[in-house]
Amino acid sequence: MAGARKPRLAVHKFASCDGCQLTLLDCEDQLLDVVGEIEIAYFLEATRQEIRGPYDVSLVEGSITTAHDIERVRRVRAQSKMLIAIGSCATAGGVQALRNTADIDALARAVYPNPEYFQTLTTSTAIQDHVKVDFELRGCPISREQLIEVVSAYLTRRKPNIPNYSQCMECKQAGTVCVMVAHGTPCLGPVTQAGCGNVCPSCERGCYGCFGPKEKANAKSLARWFEGSLGLSGRQTHDLYRTFNAGAPAFCEVGLAAIGEKTDETVAEVTR
Amino acid sequence: MSLSDVTRGGGPARVIKVDALARVEGEGALYVRVRNNEIRDLKFRIYEPPRFFEGLLRGRMYSDAPDITARICGICPVAYIMGASHAMEAALGVDVPRDIHEMRRLIYCGEWIQSHVLHAAMLHAPDFLGLQDALQIAAANPDLVKAALRLKKLGNDLMATIGGRAVHPVNTKVGGFYKAPSIEALRVLLPEVEWGLGAAETLLDAFSGFDFPDYDYDYTCVSLGNTTAYPIMEGDIVVSGGEAIPLDGFMDRYEEFQVAHSTSLHARPKDGSGPYLVGPIARYNNNFDRLSTRARDAARRAGLGPIVTNPFKSLLVRMVETIHALEEVRRIIEGYRGLAAPSAPVAVRAGTGCGCTEAPRGICFHRYELGEDGRIAKALIMPPTSQNQPQIERDLRGVVEKNLDMADEDLKWLCEQTIRNYDPCISCSCHFLELTIERE
Repeated sequence: MAGARKPRLAVHKFASCDGCQLTLLDCEDQLLDVVGEIEIAYFLEATRQEIRGPYDVSLVEGSITTAHDIERVRRVRAQSKMLIAIGSCATAGGVQALRNTADIDALARAVYPNPEYFQTLTTSTAIQDHVKVDFELRGCPISREQLIEVVSAYLTRRKPNIPNYSQCMECKQAGTVCVMVAHGTPCLGPVTQAGCGNVCPSCERGCYGCFGPKEKANAKSLARWFEGSLGLSGRQTHDLYRTFNAGAPAFCEVGLAAIGEKTDETVAEVTR
Repeated sequence: MSLSDVTRGGGPARVIKVDALARVEGEGALYVRVRNNEIRDLKFRIYEPPRFFEGLLRGRMYSDAPDITARICGICPVAYIMGASHAMEAALGVDVPRDIHEMRRLIYCGEWIQSHVLHAAMLHAPDFLGLQDALQIAAANPDLVKAALRLKKLGNDLMATIGGRAVHPVNTKVGGFYKAPSIEALRVLLPEVEWGLGAAETLLDAFSGFDFPDYDYDYTCVSLGNTTAYPIMEGDIVVSGGEAIPLDGFMDRYEEFQVAHSTSLHARPKDGSGPYLVGPIARYNNNFDRLSTRARDAARRAGLGPIVTNPFKSLLVRMVETIHALEEVRRIIEGYRGLAAPSAPVAVRAGTGCGCTEAPRGICFHRYELGEDGRIAKALIMPPTSQNQPQIERDLRGVVEKNLDMADEDLKWLCEQTIRNYDPCISCSCHFLELTIERE
């Protein structure tokens, strides 16, 4: 066909803080070049212009928390050749997935005098729990470099080079001193997927797991280490595992076990 | 949710609809019903799905609050980190030394710069040029957009140098920092800061030539003040005219309330005195004399007096504040000799504490009650957009009243622009805009 049409990119938002889509605008050095290669067809945070689907690539931020959003994400999927879930909310339900194991009515009453004014699901779930996802970019927030990599890989039709090994690898590669070995600081690095640029250990802080569990993470063994060797209470272990990837199955299960709670079937269902 | 709560007037009605407000952070809608050339109903509705942060914080350690509340907003995470940290430090009786306070002010200036430049140049400026987005500005004036992107990047670089990354920085905590930022890494940014001052002035001069819609309002301005510096994290809460309210007295005077048409709580003064304004114009009007000479001179060149009453000029005020922030950045980096200790010691005890700082969009108030074990018993957060919501509705009413003869499409755009004056962070207040105007 003559006249190569630029691929159309759409950015969609569900329950989230906007930080991951902001990362696209934070590619200051690349933004104008990217726009030369791609047509931004739908990106409400940046433009009034709306080009109707279908889209070649959809970046989806946020988690699913309302019945209306279940319908909406299905429409996004139907309109998108490739769907990339970006960030912890879209890949694991986000910090708001803490509601999945809490009493939702109590949560709503803690914030709103009249919770009956709005409707919400009792769970906050990942995009892949509702539709097929072609690729996931982890992180709370995602890494700018990984976002550029995944878009470049799409444009040149190659596989994106996104590692699935642990944060520990990243620390070793960067020559960052191990905070757990050197200072006894609890760190989720051994069970967390790499990609952030080992930002926490570089600040002499333990990793808080915002890139979520790495493939085959042995979260249970690390929890035993926290409690046995570093003297953490079950509650402390729970809080470590259950923050920005509270709904990720590997973290959710071990976190709940640390406070003597089992992953019941509903939780297993929503966290898959 | 539906518009079923909105009464539809009888008779043939003229309807204008915006299904999605762009260039804001979040999801919202506007409904206007006009009959006999009079506005019968006007609602600015936020339907960002609720995430229940105040509920999720219950039972968590005091030390989790800054990182968790940062996730309320990816555009102003430092505002949440600092508000929560200040509140915890008040509850736990922690004294934060001057050098840590200065370093916090520095990362906060980075956030003001990136957020203000993003909004002024990329989200708000296109409205004044009748363009859809900043990329269309780039087609006509690439140098202007390149300068704005480079300036925004400087803000992000400051945040990343101090905080480890620009969105959701990790090096901050209750008491201070995990690791003292490197003197050298900050000093290398100084030439860029010098360039940035000139670039911010050029952007302000360019924006000051825009045609500003004719609308003024005598705002009740609520901001931090009663302090020597132009406030970011300092002082008391002040109301236009000079009345100062200590932070722990704020909730005695102001309250949150819920309306059926929004998932964001609104805020109001308990004395019934009506809507109030927070954000750049409120800060500027209450603290003009505390701006640097260079920032004040730039404001005068842009045609701004010491009191701004036209909300469309908030874009100019953002650039004035950007100039002031850049000068603060230079001052703090030049004086930085490292931190005596990266953080102040923190001992756990029961207590209640308030924190309030100037997020780019206005005061963001936090209050926490802690148990003896340092776990959060109760949390309250009042983000700026919740506080501005009633004032946004008031402005919309005024703007629509003045422009009833406008064609639907033009009036719709003007309403969007009016809302964008506030740089509303709907993620914060709970988030997108749908506009419906019905008129006979």
